[in-house]
This record gives sequence, structure tokens and C-alpha cells, in this order.
Amino acid sequence: MYGKGRIIPALILFLGVMTSPMWYCSGDAGNLPKPEKPKDYTECVAPTQFMRTSHMVLLNQWRDDILREDGARKGITANGTEYDRSLQNGCMKCHSNKKKFCDVCHEYTSVKPYCWDCHLQPKEAM
Amino acid sequence: MDSKRRDFLKIAGLTAIAGIAAPSAFNTLLKGEALASAGPAASGHGAAAPTGKRYGMVIDVKKFTENPGLAEQCVSACHTIHNVPDFGNKKDEIKWLWVESYEHVFPEHSQDKRPDALKEMPILTLCNHCDKPPCVRACPTKATFKKKNGIVAMDYHRCIGCRFCMAACPYGARSFNWRDPRGKDANGRPFIKAENPKYPTRMRGVVEKCNFCTERLAIGQIPACVEVATQTKGLIFGDLNDPNSEISQVLKTSFTIQRNPAIGTHPSLFYII
Repeated sequence: MYGKGRIIPALILFLGVMTSPMWYCSGDAGNLPKPEKPKDYTECVAPTQFMRTSHMVLLNQWRDDILREDGARKGITANGTEYDRSLQNGCMKCHSNKKKFCDVCHEYTSVKPYCWDCHLQPKEAM
Repeated sequence: MDSKRRDFLKIAGLTAIAGIAAPSAFNTLLKGEALASAGPAASGHGAAAPTGKRYGMVIDVKKFTENPGLAEQCVSACHTIHNVPDFGNKKDEIKWLWVESYEHVFPEHSQDKRPDALKEMPILTLCNHCDKPPCVRACPTKATFKKKNGIVAMDYHRCIGCRFCMAACPYGARSFNWRDPRGKDANGRPFIKAENPKYPTRMRGVVEKCNFCTERLAIGQIPACVEVATQTKGLIFGDLNDPNSEISQVLKTSFTIQRNPAIGTHPSLFYII
């Protein structure tokens, strides 16, 4: 190999520079998002862990069930509280501040859901 | 093997024909026709055996002539509840429910020697919620679909704005959002005057139309326009398949017409002129 003495250190330097953001933040996940939970309500429609990972799946299920199959518009939590199976009228009733709840995690994970292109968020939180 | 050229050609020809014909024959037999035409309604004329609900409406045009302004009140109630934008120009107009002239609602009828009164009649018109909706067949994403209760509904999440449904609808009941409904005009006037926080808006690039107030029916209310016209009985809403419903009784005792029935869409809207 010609120019071994220059190429290999240059490659190592290049890799080092390219991956520097990873080394710089290694072992640190940054400021973890802390979505503000509603004060007046303690129980959600499903366990926290499920909601954390799969709330979007649940929303899609509600939508398809209600729009296409005439599914029930109301649901009941494990403790017997009735709720609207609806983003705008259900979720946002308790989680009334989109900026302090939805956006906190969505910004952290850099996802841009298009819910609010059509659905209206509660007025007082805007 | 001692086969003749003639026999070989015969077998080869038959095999080719069978190979081409069989898959298409299987497809037709197994799958049936397209989804929208596979509904319960029988083909041809004559009534099909009704199954389940089929919501419909009778529009008594005379009642709207007797009560000037009623039609506009119905439109305004509908458009307020459903956050329908008013872009302020006819070209971009979004309409779920609108007022039209007789000759435009019934263009296939003869306009010859009609009474003058007919020309000024405000005729309310909206999605016909056809029993055989051409828009449903045209939609490539199943964003529009027919529900079990006869309502032709839309899932705006799935609409890609191709406007095939608008081309397919013979009644002009579908509107396209050329502009952002949440936006404002040059004078700063928002297109949606007062947003109803209970119902979503739409976004730019989707088609929208009347949903027969599915969301109100689900909680036991009647459609908004019918509610406004309750006192005058100008609009009668109900289940066409239930022989004892008010609408069935009205249809039994009055002469009604449908918009362009000859094209076989089986509209669920009936007009008393």
C-alpha cells in the first residue's frame, strides 16, 4: 500500500471527527423530556408504559373503529371512568396543554405528527 | 413419439387460450366485482331486499319557499358545526350543504314551460349518500367509503387529494381545499369564522363533503340541518329501510323525485317540489 503512513492516520482522524458527536455525548441522553401530567386526573385509558410506546397505534384503532365500523365513541378505564375515544375531545380533555405534553416528547424524538393540521388543540393552551 | 404437426399446433393453440383465459376467469369468479358494486342492492331496476339501516332525507322544497331564509339557516348551522371554511370566492367554495336553483339541481328535467316560481325556489342540496356511490368506486385509497347505515363517509387522514371522487360524483357534492382552511384572507379575516372546538377542520389538499352528521347521530342527535328545519318539517330524516319511520311514511304518501336517478346511483335524498 502506497502512502500508508499518511492514509491510515488520516482515516483514523476522519472517523474520529465524524463520530465526535457520539463520543461527546456518550453515556448522556441529554435532557430527558418531562411531559407535564394532568393534575386533576390520575388514570389514563391504558397503562403508562403502553401509552408511552403505542399511543399512536391506539389513536389509529379508535379512528378506524369509529369512522368505519360505527364503533363506540365512549370507552371505560380500568377504574370505571368513562372517556371519549377521541384525540380532540378525549385525550385533550385531561392533557389539555399540547405544548407541555405532546410537544415535549415529540420534539425530543424529532417526530412531527400531523394531528394538528386538522384537529384543534384546546384554546387556553395555545 | 409419432405426432403430426397439425395435432401439435392444435394442442399448442388450446394451451395458449386456456393459459390466457383461466386467470382472468378465476379472478372474476372468486373476487366478484369491485367493492362498491358488491353491495346488497340488486342489479337492474326494482327494489332490492333492504337489509340494515339506510339513512335518507326528504327535502320539501315548498316549506323553504314559505319560510324565506330557512335554507340559509340550515347551511349556516351545518357549516358552523363542521368548521367549513368560507374562502369568499365561488371558485374555491367548500360546500357540504348549499342552495341551488331548480334547473341546476335537476338539469336532466325539462326546463320548458316551467312556472316562474320554480326558478326562484331555493333548493337545498347536499351529498346524496347514494346506495351505489360512484365516488367510493373511484377513490384509490379507500378514504371514502360506504358505512353499514348507508352513509357515504370520509376518512380525511387517508385522502391524498387526487379528486377522482369529485370527477365521479354526478351531483357536485364534493369540494376540494385549494387553500388552507385555517388561513386568513388578504384582509385578515379567518376563513373559519368561529372554530367549533368539538370538531376538527380539514387541511389544504383534501376533499370534503357532507357526512350526514355521523358524529351527531352517534350521540343520539339528528343532523344539524334537520334540527334547524324541524319546526317547518322542511327536512325529514330517517331510516329508509324501516317501513314505520317518518320518512318512509312521507315517501309512501307524497310524490317525490330524486336527482338524476337514471344513472343508477340510487340516491338517498328525495325532493318534494
